[in-house]
Amino acid sequence: MLKPDPSTEPLWRRLHTPKQWAIVAALAFAGIVVVPLLNSSVSPSSSFHLSDYQVTLFGKYLTYAIMALGMDLLWGYTGILSLGQGVFFALGGYALGMYLMLHIGLEGQYHNELPDFMVFLNWPKLPWYWPPFRSFGFAALASVLVPTGFAALFGFLAFRSRIRGVYFSIITQALTYALMLLFFLNELGLGGNNGLTDYKTIAGFRLKEMSTLRGLYVASGLALLGTYVLCRWITRSKLGQVLEAIRDGENRVRFSGYSPVGFKLFVFVVAAAISGLAGALYVPQVGIINPSRLDPAESIEIAIWVAVGGRGTLTGAVLGALVVNGLKSWLTTKYPGSWLYVLGGVFVGVVMLLPDGLISLPRRLSAAWKRVRPDPVPAERPAPVAPAREPEKEPTA
Amino acid sequence: MNATEEIRRLTPHESIIQLEGVTVSFDGFKALNDLTFFIEVGELRVVIGPNGAGKTTLIDVISGKVKPTVGRVVFAHDIDLDRYSDYQISNMGIGRKFQTPTTFEKHTVRENLELSLKGRRSVWSTLFARLGPADREAIDATLERVGLQDRAGWKAGLLSHGQKQWLEIGMLMMQDPKLLLLDEPVAGMSDEETAKTGELIRSIAKDRSVMVVEHDMEFVRGLNAKVSVLHEGHILCEGSMDHVQNDPRVIEVYLGRDSAKGHA
Repeated sequence: MLKPDPSTEPLWRRLHTPKQWAIVAALAFAGIVVVPLLNSSVSPSSSFHLSDYQVTLFGKYLTYAIMALGMDLLWGYTGILSLGQGVFFALGGYALGMYLMLHIGLEGQYHNELPDFMVFLNWPKLPWYWPPFRSFGFAALASVLVPTGFAALFGFLAFRSRIRGVYFSIITQALTYALMLLFFLNELGLGGNNGLTDYKTIAGFRLKEMSTLRGLYVASGLALLGTYVLCRWITRSKLGQVLEAIRDGENRVRFSGYSPVGFKLFVFVVAAAISGLAGALYVPQVGIINPSRLDPAESIEIAIWVAVGGRGTLTGAVLGALVVNGLKSWLTTKYPGSWLYVLGGVFVGVVMLLPDGLISLPRRLSAAWKRVRPDPVPAERPAPVAPAREPEKEPTA
Repeated sequence: MNATEEIRRLTPHESIIQLEGVTVSFDGFKALNDLTFFIEVGELRVVIGPNGAGKTTLIDVISGKVKPTVGRVVFAHDIDLDRYSDYQISNMGIGRKFQTPTTFEKHTVRENLELSLKGRRSVWSTLFARLGPADREAIDATLERVGLQDRAGWKAGLLSHGQKQWLEIGMLMMQDPKLLLLDEPVAGMSDEETAKTGELIRSIAKDRSVMVVEHDMEFVRGLNAKVSVLHEGHILCEGSMDHVQNDPRVIEVYLGRDSAKGHA
C-alpha cells in the first residue's frame, strides 16, 4: 500500500484530489463566469439567456450558500445546532445597509442628507454610531467584525457554562427573537420595522445598473468559493478532527486533554463571521434589510437547508441551500401558500429516507446498483464500507 | 498547564498518586468514605470490590471528573489536583479508560491515535498541526503494540468490542501518561482477548504506573500485582492476591459469594 507521505504533501492535495479540484473549478467557472455572460452577452430572445431577475435571484442564493457553509461547520462537523444564525447574517446585513443608506444622499423621498426614516422621526442629526459607516471599508469590516465580536461574547458565556445540545438550540432561538424585538424599535435608529432600504449606489456604482448587480453576483460567487476553501481547510486540519471528535464524544475529548470550550468558541465565531459576510453580500442585491431576517423561523430554515443537503460534508450544505431556495422561489410563485407544507415534507422525507442528505444520493444509488449487478471480479481488498450514519445521538454528559 | 514540566523526576517508592482522607458524597451517599490510598511510582495496582464499592468513583476523583467533597488528591508527590480541571489533569499525565470503550467511532483507528498524540492542544496549534515522521512512527508502534496494525484505516465504530478496548488503551499510550487508570479493561472480552490484554497491561506497566479496576478474578491473579479491596468507599484490605483472598473480611463481603461458583 503506497500512500503519499502526508507530511510532505502540498496543502492543496490535502484538501482535495486533483479530480475533486477539477470539479470545484468547473462548477466555479460555470457559476462565476458563465452565468453572468448568459445575462450580458446572450440575446434575450435566446433560450440560454438569463434575465436580470434570475441573476440577482441566483446571487441571493449564493449568499445563502455561504451562510450554510458556516452552519455546516457548526452543526454538521461540531454537533452544535445553533438556531440563531440569522442573527449574524442580519448584523452583517445591517452594517452594510447603514453604508448604503448614507450614500442615498439627496435622492431620498425627503431630499435630505439624513436617511428618510430619521427625517420622518424628526431626528436633527445622525446618531453617534452612524457616521463611521460612510466609509465603505469601515462598513465592510464591521459587517464581519460585529457578528464576530457578538458571537465571541455570546459563545464564551454559553460554552463556558457548558450549555449544549437542545439547550443551546433553544437559547439561540431566544436570542434571535429578542434581537428581532429590539430591531423593531425605532429608538434603536436602524429603521424600525421597515429596516433599511431604497439604496441608490454602492462604492459609486448605481444599483439600478445590471452591470453593478452582475458585479455583486460575481463577488458573491468568489466569496462562496473562498469560504468553501477556508472551511475545507479547517475540516481537513487536526482542528477539524477535534471538532468531529467533540460531536461524537465530548467526554473522551476532555479526557484526551482538549478543552472543548475553546474549540466550540472558535467554530461558533468562524460561522458567525461567515454569516456576516453573507449578510453583507445579500443586502445590496436584494435591496432591503429589516427585522424579519431575525424571525426565529428564518434561522430554522438554515438548519433545514443543511439537513436536506447533507450534514458534515460542506458540499451538501451548498447544495441544500441552492436546492431548497430554488424550490422555494419556484413554488411561491407557482403555488403560493404551499411552501411551508412542502418545506416540512421535504425535511421529514430527507430525514427519514436520506439521513445523509441529497449529497449522498449518488453514493446510495451506485451502492444499490452494485447490489443488483454485483461485480463479476471480487473486490481486491475487503475495505470496510463507511457505515450509514447512526441516528443522531444526544450528546451525553 | 505547564504542570507537565513541573513534574520532577520521581524516584521509586514515592507516590505517583495519593488520596488523603477523601470523601465523595452524592446527596448524602458516600461513594468514597474518608479514603486514604496511594500508588507508588512504577507500580501496577489492582482495585477490586463489590458493586457500589466506589471503584469507578475512585477513578473519577483521580481523573478530575468529580471533585472530592472532603480531602486531597495529590499527584506526583506535590501537585494538588483540586485546582485543575479534567482536561488539564489529562495533560499532566493521568490517562483514563472508561468502563465501556470510548473511542471516536467515526474517525479511523489511526486518526483516533493521532488525536491522542502527546502535544499542544490549543485551538491554533491544532489548526496548523502537521504530523512529523517521528509522530507517525509513534503511531505505527502503538498500532502494533495493541495489535491493530491491519485495522489502521478502519472506522473505530466497526471494530469489535475487544478491539475498541485495545484502541482506547492505545489512545492512552499515545498521551504518554505517567499514571494510567483502566476501568474494567477486559469486560466483555473472550478468554483469548483477556489473556492478550493482560500481557499488554503488564508490558505497559513496565514504564509507568497503572491502576486497574477489575471484576475478573482469574485475570487479576494473572496480573500478579498488589491488590486493594474497596468496600463501602474505603480500603478493606491490601496485599497480594493470596493475602486478600484469605482475609476473612474480604471473604465475607466479596469473595465468599463468588468462590462457591468456582470463578474465583
